[in-house]
Amino acid sequence: MEHSFIDKYSKLDSPIHKLDPKTKIISAIIYIVCVVLTPPQAIAEFILFFIFILAMLLISKVPLRFVMKRSLVIFPFILLVVVFIPFLKKGELAGFLNVGTIHLAVSYGGLWMVWNVIVKSFLSVLAMILLGSTTNFQILLKGLEQLHLPKVFLMTLAFMYRYLFIIVDEAMRMERAHKSRYFGGQALRQIRIFSNIIGLLFIRAYERGERAYQSMCARGFDREIKTFSRVKFTLRDGAYLCLFLAVMAGVKILGVYL
Amino acid sequence: MKKIIEIRNLSYSYSEGNVALDKINFEAEEGERIGIVGPNGAGKTTFLLHLNGILRGKGGVKIFGLEVKSANLYTIRKMVGLIFQDPDDQLFSPTVFDDVAFGPLNMDLPPDEVESRVREVLREVGMLGFEQKFSYHLSLGEKKRVAIATVLSMRPEILAFDEPTANLDPGMRRSLIKLLRNLQMTLIIASHDLSMIEQLCTRVLLLNKGKIMAEGSTSEILGNKKLMEENGL
Repeated sequence: MEHSFIDKYSKLDSPIHKLDPKTKIISAIIYIVCVVLTPPQAIAEFILFFIFILAMLLISKVPLRFVMKRSLVIFPFILLVVVFIPFLKKGELAGFLNVGTIHLAVSYGGLWMVWNVIVKSFLSVLAMILLGSTTNFQILLKGLEQLHLPKVFLMTLAFMYRYLFIIVDEAMRMERAHKSRYFGGQALRQIRIFSNIIGLLFIRAYERGERAYQSMCARGFDREIKTFSRVKFTLRDGAYLCLFLAVMAGVKILGVYL
Repeated sequence: MKKIIEIRNLSYSYSEGNVALDKINFEAEEGERIGIVGPNGAGKTTFLLHLNGILRGKGGVKIFGLEVKSANLYTIRKMVGLIFQDPDDQLFSPTVFDDVAFGPLNMDLPPDEVESRVREVLREVGMLGFEQKFSYHLSLGEKKRVAIATVLSMRPEILAFDEPTANLDPGMRRSLIKLLRNLQMTLIIASHDLSMIEQLCTRVLLLNKGKIMAEGSTSEILGNKKLMEENGL
């Protein structure tokens, strides 16, 4: 069974793909921090940030359709946070919303906050998509390792990446087995069956974890993971980081005048 | 010949109370090829897991004269390579290279040595060029080969293999048997693929419900039709 991978476009060839993972991780973090620290009223700055990340995405040759689809993933979360804010925030009123018999007051402060949350999470997620889809997952892990992320997190991520698809396969097989014996009707009872499937999946994943741990112990694992890496920080990376910092500073300075 | 495995009165029961091994006595000499046969649930896997101290039951297990206990585990695990039935349990790293290098890195070998060993064993199992492949993308036969490489890279003296041919197609099965035949170390193979045992092993141990039902030369045990059928084989 085949699945599309998190790093589906990591095998493309572009200047961004060639960068050291550390460079990309650091610049993504700086970018996000810059975006988050921008006041919501500085619309010009947000536009510049957007143009910058768009340019990077274009250079990276990752299809924009894919990027946009991916970025939609965050909207359910944003909506959950955002939907109540305009009504809760006190301040100058922007208007009223009538839902049946309920009258809701919408404030300007609240609307700014909604904008603030949406634009910042959107730009941040674009930066993450750029990082994630131009970097092979293993190499990303190596980068994080060299940046001294605790090994526990690294291992958790590595195991997730390794076993996610196996667990998805298992779930698919169980669902198939269920479908082949399900002839419609009794929709409510199916919910119970699905909860059984989820429970079973958990047990199987747990047991697989046990066996994988045994096989690690059998090869001399003593709670300290040792890895091997040969990722190199080159002149290209230094140049990119300088350019990147210059752009970020430029956006900030321009923001003051615009 | 030197006795390299000595097991005395080994018993093990799982926490649910199922007795998996019941007073097992077993010895193996250097260079022997021993098949462990028995029906499903006979205790074959549990037996193998005792060889390098993953499980520790009541009784004594000695490998190269060393008792299996916490202080000796590191040395013993270097000497006994264990290959699990499901290669997805064995291959837990992102890439083939990382997995094959896992054992040698745990042995604190220098990076150059690790790299040359990885290359060497991948050549041995016919998987050279797959270093950067993601294990999930390999076929089962390829996964089995890489699983063997992950253990060979530690240069063990004893190789314990759980169901090497399970789920393989006939072609893959044949090439795996050929690969195992060319290995020089002591082999312990747990399986109910009797024809493979016949091709590879000189001595057979028949397990059923955690007990040794019979022990002897391959032809003697596998040729005894009544005994085999009584034990679900």
